[in-house]
Amino acid sequence: MNTKCDQCDKPAEVHEIDAIKGVHVHLCREHAIEAGFQVPQSAPVTDLLTQFATMQAPTQSPKKVEKPAACETCGSTFARFRKTGLLGCPECYEAFCKQLDGVIARSQNGASNHTGRVPDRSSALIDLQALRRSLIEELDRAVASEQYERAASLRDRLHTLASESGD
Amino acid sequence: MKLKQTGPWIEHSGPDADVVVSSRARLARNLSGLPFVNQASDVEKREVLRLVQTLPLAGERSEELVWIDLQQSTPEDRRLLFERHLVSRQFLESVSPRAVAIADDEQLSVMVNEEDHLRMQVLLPGLELEEAWRRVVDFDRRLERNADIAVHPRWGYLTACPTNVGTAIRFSVMLHLPGLRLTNELERLRRASNDLDLAVRGFYGEGSDSSGDFYQVSNQLTLGVSETDLLATFVGEIVPRIVAYERMARDILIERSSTLLEDRVHRALGTLRSARLLAIEESMKHLSRVRLGIALGLLTDIPLGTVQRLFLEVQPAHLRRVQPDSIDNTALEPVPEDRLLDDERTRRRRADLVRTALTEPY
Repeated sequence: MNTKCDQCDKPAEVHEIDAIKGVHVHLCREHAIEAGFQVPQSAPVTDLLTQFATMQAPTQSPKKVEKPAACETCGSTFARFRKTGLLGCPECYEAFCKQLDGVIARSQNGASNHTGRVPDRSSALIDLQALRRSLIEELDRAVASEQYERAASLRDRLHTLASESGD
Repeated sequence: MKLKQTGPWIEHSGPDADVVVSSRARLARNLSGLPFVNQASDVEKREVLRLVQTLPLAGERSEELVWIDLQQSTPEDRRLLFERHLVSRQFLESVSPRAVAIADDEQLSVMVNEEDHLRMQVLLPGLELEEAWRRVVDFDRRLERNADIAVHPRWGYLTACPTNVGTAIRFSVMLHLPGLRLTNELERLRRASNDLDLAVRGFYGEGSDSSGDFYQVSNQLTLGVSETDLLATFVGEIVPRIVAYERMARDILIERSSTLLEDRVHRALGTLRSARLLAIEESMKHLSRVRLGIALGLLTDIPLGTVQRLFLEVQPAHLRRVQPDSIDNTALEPVPEDRLLDDERTRRRRADLVRTALTEPY
């Protein structure tokens, strides 16, 4: 039970089989999150979100100036989100767009674009160009990180999108 | 409260009922232009309630909705709704303005002002996820025709917790897995589920234990996978695989230790038919074995529906409702939740209920 983390001296909390290499891996909470494993369910979601959010922070330091301190619509702050795991209103998604990008992608296996139903009336709101651009970016990332299955499904979606918009 | 004694569908067993107890599709929706519930004032929450209540949401199936204002209901009624899987624990314990709308057949229900403005679910017996999805999406379309729902061009339906965005759908199945537990295979199931981004929870969802060998399996990913693709994976792969796994475990038990298994099943029935005091956990444990015995054909004289109904009726709030104590005149008066504890009187009442149900001709 007291296995150590493969990457540091902390006790391992996640014990998984690496399906690609076919070996057992033992990781502490931090390294497990870093490696993209699901950590045990006992961890409160808000803790995870906090860690995701903190990990996200350094990569975007140059553009920090843009970051609004609070959502203009409801007054909710990102610090509050870190504490509660909840946003204050739909507009918070725009106000904290940059930080949420990482949080959402990490909780959703890297996905960052909605596929599926949209309300009939708002389908016109979907900016197809923007969607295509972000799909292409995601595809590049998937190829770079050798996630070929994911890349294939992204490619399929780009094809579908192209045929739907009459290209 | 206008609720029937037990959910009208509880005794029906649907497809694959030997393993799959029920199927659920749940959607989270928020009205645009209003703060999410966690940031809304009581006035705004009441506004959400008022708005939703005035929407013409009834469908062709004469979906007459009964509204229950939770602020004005008794703790016992709230607990009853929870035991029936119509409201969540979080919803039960909150104190702010909130309500639940329940269709006449109790299969469709809508929590208003839980974590999101609306959380609507369709809960059906057996493996009927497709029908659950059809019905909840019908309701969603009626909602969208009449209300402005918060959506994002890239993230889809917006939810208070950003990990639910996208389709904001939760498909789940309640599974009875005594075979996998007895053969110590549950850990493997949990790991496999984790790899497939599925959550495995207990009888009452998040944070609850697996009372009676019931496990709820649900999707965790809501972004980047369409509802229909997710549904196809659930119905075509995930659930059939777990069901086959459980059946295989049961076969192994029969093959290797049939006498032991029969002994456990009959002892459980013996206890339920003779005990004079039954604690909640004990009753769940024995009912689970009896359910397994019926599924395996070891017990042929007890209908599965009877056992299924008992799983619900032994819960504290239901017990007070179906088996009022004749000595206790205050039995049907509202009581605070701590009075619903498993005291001796409750345990006696539970034993009486179970004994009668399993002894009398059905």
